[in-house]
Amino acid sequence: MKFSDFIVEKAIIPELKSHDRDGVLRELVTALAANGALPAAAVEDVVAALIKREKNGSTGFGKGVAVPHVKHPRVRKMVGTIGRSTRGIDFAALDHQPVYSVVLLLSPENQPQQHLAAMNIIFTNLQKDTFRKFLRQSATMAAIKDLLDEADSGR
Amino acid sequence: MHPQTMASVSREVVIANRLGLHARPAMQFVDLANRFRSSVRVETLGDKPQQADGKSVMQMIVLAAVEGTRLRLTAEGDDAEEAVAKLAELIESKFGEE
Repeated sequence: MKFSDFIVEKAIIPELKSHDRDGVLRELVTALAANGALPAAAVEDVVAALIKREKNGSTGFGKGVAVPHVKHPRVRKMVGTIGRSTRGIDFAALDHQPVYSVVLLLSPENQPQQHLAAMNIIFTNLQKDTFRKFLRQSATMAAIKDLLDEADSGR
Repeated sequence: MHPQTMASVSREVVIANRLGLHARPAMQFVDLANRFRSSVRVETLGDKPQQADGKSVMQMIVLAAVEGTRLRLTAEGDDAEEAVAKLAELIESKFGEE
């Protein structure tokens, strides 16, 4: 599993407009739908499911990153995207700090192994100080894409 | 030195819930592990062994332990025995899932 297997490059948002959790979730899901990765009619349902999931336990795992994710019947193929915020987002993170990088993952309901493999790639990289630092500093879609490509090629 | 102060206890368990060790169960595990003074190490057993600090959510998620994965839990400290017993019980109860 690689980032390129599920991250929809054109749905990457290098500067999120929203500064609150729910607004950020909506922006990212809308970007996926706008790029054909999710039916437009499913956006509201998926956003609601993500918010419910966050209320159940924040996916702001600390160190300025959050990984909102959900398994949803409207999702046919696993897809993800990344959003970045210079100002920081209140994500109710476990360490009570703002979140600067958000990796969103949407999975079909019946493929738990694929979901875990994607989470493995995401967290393996988010645990690296250099990856988090570069992600936070990557101000363009191309820069974020380059960072993901580097991670995929093991450099 | 009291013999219990440096107790190290290990036990093998198998991930039994269908969805595996995804974020929610990983957080449940870490929340429980953090209630104990002992250190908690979790290793996956099999072809590609990996290990994680049982008190780190990120490290636990990286294990990507699917249904059927064998894990070895090891706790070290004065409450190691209780820590391993409770953590194994949580995994065996399928984290309240199916």
